[in-house]
Amino acid sequence: MLKATDLLQLNNLACVKGERLLFSRLSFEIPAGSLVRVIGANGTGKTSLLRIMAGLSEPAAGEIVWNSQHTRLSRSEFLQDILYIGHGSAIKDELLPAENLMANCTIQGEAFSEPEVHAVLEELGLGERLDVESLSLSAGQRRRIALARLWLTQRPLWLLDEPFNALDAKSVEQLCLQISRHVREGGICLYTTHQSVDIASDRQLTLPLDAFCQPAKAQSEHSGLNGLI
Amino acid sequence: MNPAIHNQSSSFAMAIALLRRDLLLVYRRRSDAVTVLVFFSIVVSLFPLGVGADPSMLRLIGGGVVWVAALLSAMLSLPRLFSSDFADGTLEQLVLSPQPLALTVGIKCLAHWVSTGIPLALMAPLLGLQFGLDSDALWVLSLGVLVGTPILSLIGAVGTALTLGLRGGNLLVALLVLPLNIPVLILGAGAVDAAQSGLGAGAHLSLLGALLIMTLIGAPFAAAAALRISLD
Repeated sequence: MLKATDLLQLNNLACVKGERLLFSRLSFEIPAGSLVRVIGANGTGKTSLLRIMAGLSEPAAGEIVWNSQHTRLSRSEFLQDILYIGHGSAIKDELLPAENLMANCTIQGEAFSEPEVHAVLEELGLGERLDVESLSLSAGQRRRIALARLWLTQRPLWLLDEPFNALDAKSVEQLCLQISRHVREGGICLYTTHQSVDIASDRQLTLPLDAFCQPAKAQSEHSGLNGLI
Repeated sequence: MNPAIHNQSSSFAMAIALLRRDLLLVYRRRSDAVTVLVFFSIVVSLFPLGVGADPSMLRLIGGGVVWVAALLSAMLSLPRLFSSDFADGTLEQLVLSPQPLALTVGIKCLAHWVSTGIPLALMAPLLGLQFGLDSDALWVLSLGVLVGTPILSLIGAVGTALTLGLRGGNLLVALLVLPLNIPVLILGAGAVDAAQSGLGAGAHLSLLGALLIMTLIGAPFAAAAALRISLD
């Protein structure tokens, strides 16, 4: 459930991929009602950061604190508060759109009735594809089924990795509205995107990963910061 | 009353929903399951063609042949346990589920056993007939496969979880898992032998059951840990 006191703190996070240090000493505080855009060039660790926040990977250092509890220690409570949608849409070819959506919600411990699910899919423009197997759906339509969870869930913390990929203009607009409604109601949304989207929100933050990357040479550090500006 | 409470399904309901989803996927993709059974019957049928049709020899090797074929068939079906979930991102969602990952793994193994192990156990006595096994031995064969295949699914889950995302992973799974399945093979084939020689298969089957309990306790946790490593 959404609480006005929700607070997410990233303390001194570091991420190492293979032999490469992607970012380090990343500290950031995100209060309820924030819309956070994680920015950075390709390969700066945007996806890695979101995966670390969701607990899919371990940070090389640092910790994540959700409502003054370490997420590593109170993992099951934290999992009931987050909604992570990554690059994979988790859509099965063999299932109908509604079956896919219901399965994805139930896996996360959120059960919804068929009429609720159908209503959301119709709102997202999938009304005419409800009785065909997802195999015949386009990438954008699959993405919409995956994102439909955002219209159903009660969870406060959304972690969306490239949510706008493959979406058409109308869906992008719908998603922007849904995200801004969520943060207006006191939720938190972290997202990455390379598209220019306009999401209305009172508290827009940006988390520039370039600022936390520590290149081996001092010279390249400057260019990293210049890129940010 | 908080409306969100209604939407929070219990761990049990989650497990049932996951089982339903996995079985529905198998049902919609029936050809995969049928392929495994066809493979099973072909491998078993090759032996009489290869070693000759001497009834006494066939009766001697029958149990072992059916067991080896069942082992290979179960192996053949292992990749579908996690690989499609891994490829389309479902596995990430399963790891993020509030329900314990070991339970999720157990449910997936159960679905795998229902779609592979049970059909193999039902087919085994039919194929055993080709080798002239008597009815006692056929019962023991079927029961043995029924108790032994969940062990194969569980050990296989650890192997596939470890090799997710690796190149040539399927072959690696076979190399990892087949040696671990040797006790199942020895006990299962031994049970058929014992039944044929009139000793009674009780001891073998009990040991197979004990092995199943041990695997059931350990393997889901090992596979869950392996999945986390593979996704990291």
